[in-house]
Amino acid sequence: MSDNVILKVEHLSKDFGSNRVLKDIDFTVSQGEVISIIGASGSGKSTLLRCINLLETPTSGVILYHGTNILDRKVKPPKYRSKVGMVFQSFNLFNNMNVLKNCMVGQTTVLGKSKEEAKENALKYLSNVGMDAYIKAKPKQLSGGQKQRVAIARALSMEPEILLFDEPTSALDPETVGEVLSVMKTLAESGMTMIVVTHEMAFAKDVSTRVIYMNDGIICEEGTPEQIFGDPQKGETKAFLSRFRGVN
Amino acid sequence: MGSEATNFTDIIAKLGSDIVKLWQDAAPQYLKGAGDTLLLAVVATAVGCLIGLYCGILQTLSYSKNDFWLKKAVINTTKAFVRVYVEVFRGTPMILQAVFIFFGLPYLTGNALRFDVITAAYIVVSVNTGAYMAETVRGGILSIDKGQTEGAMAIGMNHFQTMVKVILPQTLRNIIPQIGNNLIINIKDTSVMFIIGYAELFAAHKSYVGATYLYFPSAVVTMAMYLIMTAVCSVLLRLWEHLMDGPENFNLATTDSLALTSGMNNYPSGKRRKRWAR
Repeated sequence: MSDNVILKVEHLSKDFGSNRVLKDIDFTVSQGEVISIIGASGSGKSTLLRCINLLETPTSGVILYHGTNILDRKVKPPKYRSKVGMVFQSFNLFNNMNVLKNCMVGQTTVLGKSKEEAKENALKYLSNVGMDAYIKAKPKQLSGGQKQRVAIARALSMEPEILLFDEPTSALDPETVGEVLSVMKTLAESGMTMIVVTHEMAFAKDVSTRVIYMNDGIICEEGTPEQIFGDPQKGETKAFLSRFRGVN
Repeated sequence: MGSEATNFTDIIAKLGSDIVKLWQDAAPQYLKGAGDTLLLAVVATAVGCLIGLYCGILQTLSYSKNDFWLKKAVINTTKAFVRVYVEVFRGTPMILQAVFIFFGLPYLTGNALRFDVITAAYIVVSVNTGAYMAETVRGGILSIDKGQTEGAMAIGMNHFQTMVKVILPQTLRNIIPQIGNNLIINIKDTSVMFIIGYAELFAAHKSYVGATYLYFPSAVVTMAMYLIMTAVCSVLLRLWEHLMDGPENFNLATTDSLALTSGMNNYPSGKRRKRWAR
């Protein structure tokens, strides 16, 4: 597993003013891993994910992508971001384009693909998420779950190496959460490398290969889902999970 | 009371005959004036929009603290330049800007740099509109949800691509009412170009009343022509807005019976929602 390392984060810290939200984070992502990051709101999960995609600039530390430090001035963030897909809590579909264009625009402008090729690719991923019938719809005409599935297809049509999910189901109602989670599950089973910030404990437990529990800006505990959910070592992890017991 | 009414009828009748006389005398001059006014206003507003869009992009440039110092310096200088441009051209009367460009440039350069009347008029109105549009575009860009930028950045678009493909099309839709404002203001305010001798509608009015002293009848005709031009432009702009909104409904690409049950293909939007608002 260690020879297929895609991403290696070392001593990553992030300050917002005098508030240090990430403290000396170290972790590694290998090919095919599905990593769930869990933790209370404000523990730094989303900031960590946004740092990985350079939507936030880390204050200090190193992010190695196949051995290259992407925080180096010589590395162009757009080129790197095109290989690391991201799915947002608020979908962020382009409001001025229909579903098909949303999935094509990145391929044509960033990857330089032809329109035909981009369309074919977009249709493939849209049908994977069950949204190929809606190609002519504008984002405002879709429900939340449909929007999120399109957002996943948009990220996939860039054919990224890793897909980052920032609380992808938190803005959805309980009934549509399922349709998005099942798409993500299928994706995980197909071997996609994923990092998922989530409050869906069932998903973290059943689908992920590794779970990271974050608390107060540090990685408090990490391990397989069996270890974290079955036999947590730290007091904080136990306390956090006990709040979910009743639900699951 | 009765005699006053008769008087008033007489006055209206006189106004009518004066207008008929005016129109028989000088209709071509008035129409040409109106045409020149409209052309100047439309072209200058369009050019002003392009200047505004460009300045709008420049004003949203940003850098992170890891960037090379030269990049930071270039960005800061560019932004300062745009700010000075906006403040100067928004903060001085257009009539004086026309004097500066038409009389000032030849004066300062010893006649090396001079524009003819028509070129000078187009430059002044365009650059003036551009200054206002720069602020309008900046406001329009600020009003677009930050998530749109993040979504574009996350699939690897650079600043320019993000702006052109995602942010500016949405901005443009939102600022059409303001573009309309500028167009209508320009139709009226191009009248100050008489200062450098640009022959538009107001100049036609001035030259006619100079010869005939029919001040009020000519003012009525000129006023009506301005109103017709601005009203037509208003209607056309509304139409453009409506076109940009696109169709309210969409068709499913396949006949998937399962998909239909969860579809929202009759979601009320655009026209229907507006009708409720009324």
